[in-house]
Amino acid sequence: MTGCERDSADAVIDKDGMDALITILAARGRTVVGPTVRDGAIILAEISGGAELPYGWGVELEAGRYRLVARDDGAAFAHSAGPQSWKTFLHPPRVREWSADRDADGTIVVTADDTPVPAYAFLGVRPCDLRAIAVQDRVLTGGRYGDSAYRRRRDGAFLVAVECTEPGATCFCVSMETGPAVGPGYDLALTEVLDGDGHRFLVRAGSGEGAAVLAELPSRAADSATRSAARDRVAEAADRMGRTMPLVDLRTLMRETLDAERWNDVTSRCLTCGNCTMVCPTCFCTTVEDVTDLTGDHAERWRHWESCFDRDFTHVPTGPVRDSPRSRYRQWATHKLGTWYDQFGSSGCVGCGRCIVWCPVGIDITEEAHALNRERGRSTAQEAG
Amino acid sequence: MTVPVPYRVVAHRVDTPDTATIVLEPADAALPPFAPGQFAMVYAFGVGDIPLSVCDIDGPRLAHTVRTVGAVSGALHDVRIGRTVGVRGPFGTGWELSEAEGRDLVVVAGGIGLAPLRPLVLAALATPERYRRLNVLIGGRTPDDLLYCGEPWQAAAGVRVTVDRAGPAWTGEVGLVTTLIDRADFEPPRTAAFICGPEPMIRATAADLVHRGVDPDRIRVSLERTMHCGTGHCGHCQLGPLLLCRDGPVVGWTRAEPLLMVREL
Repeated sequence: MTGCERDSADAVIDKDGMDALITILAARGRTVVGPTVRDGAIILAEISGGAELPYGWGVELEAGRYRLVARDDGAAFAHSAGPQSWKTFLHPPRVREWSADRDADGTIVVTADDTPVPAYAFLGVRPCDLRAIAVQDRVLTGGRYGDSAYRRRRDGAFLVAVECTEPGATCFCVSMETGPAVGPGYDLALTEVLDGDGHRFLVRAGSGEGAAVLAELPSRAADSATRSAARDRVAEAADRMGRTMPLVDLRTLMRETLDAERWNDVTSRCLTCGNCTMVCPTCFCTTVEDVTDLTGDHAERWRHWESCFDRDFTHVPTGPVRDSPRSRYRQWATHKLGTWYDQFGSSGCVGCGRCIVWCPVGIDITEEAHALNRERGRSTAQEAG
Repeated sequence: MTVPVPYRVVAHRVDTPDTATIVLEPADAALPPFAPGQFAMVYAFGVGDIPLSVCDIDGPRLAHTVRTVGAVSGALHDVRIGRTVGVRGPFGTGWELSEAEGRDLVVVAGGIGLAPLRPLVLAALATPERYRRLNVLIGGRTPDDLLYCGEPWQAAAGVRVTVDRAGPAWTGEVGLVTTLIDRADFEPPRTAAFICGPEPMIRATAADLVHRGVDPDRIRVSLERTMHCGTGHCGHCQLGPLLLCRDGPVVGWTRAEPLLMVREL
């Protein structure tokens, strides 16, 4: 080792190696999902070869704005979070939970849904999204009742993480301590390097299956130049975050500002459309729908994504508990940054910036947190004065 | 995710103009035992399921009191004897009556809030040597809305009852349930209280008891929020840091009070 902390089993692959990686994962019976250019965005879809990766495409992000931009360096992973996240596959928008059949004497037989789940390989999991998967793991399988279907999809998934070297203007993973370097939980981790020595990827394994796949890949031993280039690219990315969170304990900030004036300000802009919850890689809320067929004797229970911005989300016989838009935005933000710790032992925000990009009016959770922090500072000063 | 277990409706009793109690018996295997204060998700075939606390626990038999407010509660309210429903559970926290041993008990119910408190009162009556004085205070909208009238435990517990609006035949108390606290027989520092009802009633009752010297840590309240899954996964039942299907519905007042004081939390 040349003074770096990389796994001694690291290796270097080129673009052909990337093709081989997809082929090997598919040959192992996996459905390979990765980033690809479609409909003016980089989306996550099933891919069958390296040519479908977004080589030469980047993104330009701002609050309420997403644009695909051509890059002349040919990089495959020079884009940050897109409109989807991996929860689309692990915690799908719509699933059947169970079916029930009623016979002539009224007896009911309930059958849990056992639709086979694909063995996925996710290619291009950004460090923030790798953390988001870990966050959803705790929510959906960490308690007394595990979501068994989620567990099956998750256990079968092979994760190829790609470190972040090109953060977007809406990224703040450094503040949330989730990136741009990859954390634990991957099977393989890649770092894309483009310099005078060519276009290549530093690869290391984080699991037994990852090591087995790496051994099958046409690769060469990692050289110190590639290692240090990879390390430098990631370190530079950390210095180029587009956004930051205030350097305070966010959980306390949320708890202490429930009555802040700022919530009125943000709700004068918020349309309560729920886009932020749909694109958030950790938002997990769902609702259920019960349907019957025309005989009336076959019923199904479906579950689909739901947003805490819906007025009916908190409906009780006396009406919605969170009726005002103010209370609904506050619920989302304080849950994400604060009460998530109480419920699931971590932050619910990973700093991916999707909620900022996909908000139709460009509400920026980091800006709101800064404003709440300033308001708290002012009221503390007034009390002291 | 949990899957409903079939239970047969073995009894059905109309309690009030909009409320009925259904008694369920497992069609095959029974769910794990329920504790007073816990709830089940009860499924009406093809319509959906709703959270219902247990108002009676008799071996594997469960009873639920249902007020008809929507499609599912309407279907369960009207369910016929012999039909099968689905039950998931037991979910959530219970009253934890055993923590109150050696204390005066003050049980305060508003409206259908009496349903989850009923098995608590029955348990206290079954082991009177473990507690000091038992007070059961019940408030209803009108005399017609009072639940479980004439059930023997009401006389045994010496329940005190008040209504918001009296009818011509009503000779009892009129007013908020908190007005009954004056006549209850308890020593505040040695009291454990259990409250369920509409949220304003819970707040007023708990505040009154604390004012009289009851330790807020000895007051337990049962709270209502939307519930879809019962397993802590759907997100609907959040009250600040709490997931009420998991951390509730029964919550200590020390925990609940600051959360209920924030509007629309």
